[in-house]
Amino acid sequence: MTELALVTDRSPDLRLPRLLGGISYYSVADLRDHERQHGPLPLWGASGRRRPGRLIDVVDASGLTGRGGAGFPTGRKMRSVASGPGAAVVVANGAEGEPASCKDRLLLTRLPHLVLDGIAVAAHAVGAREAYLCVHGQETDLLGALEHAVAQRRAAGVDPVPIQVTGIPGRYVASEQSSIVGYLNGGPAKPAFAPPRPHQRGVHGRPTLVNNVETLAHLALIARFGDRWFRGIGLPSAPGSTLVTVSGAVARPGVYEIEMGTPAGQVVMLAGGPAERPAALLVGGYFGAWLPAGTAWPVPMCHAALKAAGGAMGAGLVIVLPVSSCGLAETARVVRYLADENAGQCGPCMFGLPALADAMADLAYHGGRRRALERVASLAGLVAGRGACRHPDGAVQLVRSALRAFEADARRHDHRGPCPGVARAPLLPVPGDADWDWA
Amino acid sequence: MNYELRVNPIACDGYGACAELLPEIIELDPWGYPILLSASVPPGLAGHAKRAAAACPTLALLVDKAP
Repeated sequence: MTELALVTDRSPDLRLPRLLGGISYYSVADLRDHERQHGPLPLWGASGRRRPGRLIDVVDASGLTGRGGAGFPTGRKMRSVASGPGAAVVVANGAEGEPASCKDRLLLTRLPHLVLDGIAVAAHAVGAREAYLCVHGQETDLLGALEHAVAQRRAAGVDPVPIQVTGIPGRYVASEQSSIVGYLNGGPAKPAFAPPRPHQRGVHGRPTLVNNVETLAHLALIARFGDRWFRGIGLPSAPGSTLVTVSGAVARPGVYEIEMGTPAGQVVMLAGGPAERPAALLVGGYFGAWLPAGTAWPVPMCHAALKAAGGAMGAGLVIVLPVSSCGLAETARVVRYLADENAGQCGPCMFGLPALADAMADLAYHGGRRRALERVASLAGLVAGRGACRHPDGAVQLVRSALRAFEADARRHDHRGPCPGVARAPLLPVPGDADWDWA
Repeated sequence: MNYELRVNPIACDGYGACAELLPEIIELDPWGYPILLSASVPPGLAGHAKRAAAACPTLALLVDKAP
């Protein structure tokens, strides 16, 4: 239905990179670099082919889904916000909560105008009069750089609405969308009991579009090159490209742009291949799931295929666990972190997650009494689905996937005690974990 | 009229009154927080469900009309 690319004075033939085209490791792309790379942001009028409703049609037709973790269709979300009462609000979520994820940070630090273009496009499409770009408040350098970029755009007159750069508390659950909305409304940055959801009543009680910054960056290119261009790569069911952060036992850890549907194993090879024989992949991050390496290798990186394989796409993380590491010990450390990061709001999460973390640590580091495994499984059942947000569910999904992917090892731990892998240096980054060298 | 039960987990402080008044549907976990055995309220228990909701000190138990 929406056949023509709306504004294309240049339609790149290259499949990839799209978002990361022209990126420099060393410097920030300023507005001039950005426009040289992608062309100016087309000005969308109030009527005709470039009216806001038409823009949403294009986003719908593009098949873009949220790149923050949930994978919800972006066009549908925009439509529900646009149809709400009164002027809407756009919130760009750049507060990357996943400790192992770097993609949002990469976009914000190197290609801020791609994200800011996306905010402008989203604001136009949903009829917003204000927009916020939220990042972790303790990252003062980033806040300063983004404010500079916004000022540059203000001087050039590119944005239809004022964009306010806002620092939010740097906790895991603070980047949940209802937490951000709560914080922008002057409350604590903690998840809220839904409904109403942000798209119904969010910032200042207005319909609020909360999008991940990578989603918005894609929007910036879809507004330029159209939905057909976007669907030109990736899968018909999951089109376009996506950013992934590959780490763990790989030769070249980092952020890569891939076509949606690229097999997980190929993503590992893109990062230089395994540095050691891989035992399992953690796909989707700390709210994702462990998959045995052999199972994960051919699975296409998209929400549907990973879910069918027992995993999750999350925010596009792939972490390679070598055979010499212990997946249970890694999981125990992450669950401890997630337990510490609970918002202290919901009883089952407040008490259940620390108990689950204790049980997981017992299984990983002590075991041998044939009791730990059963306790982990029963606590997981008690915690799942009982919080206001998905924080406890994410932790449970990780634990359950560990028990499946490392089934034999879990039995061995439970019956005979820890495997030699627990002595290995930790692999998964956990903030505050003294053993982890963040450099 | 059919009713559905929800717990607002943020408001709930684990007083446990609901499990006393509606043991047919509500159990307590090891920390004293309610577990709903079923979201829908059997027709005969609608009155008890409403009474349990009204008795919650933090108004965390919600009885909604089923859609």
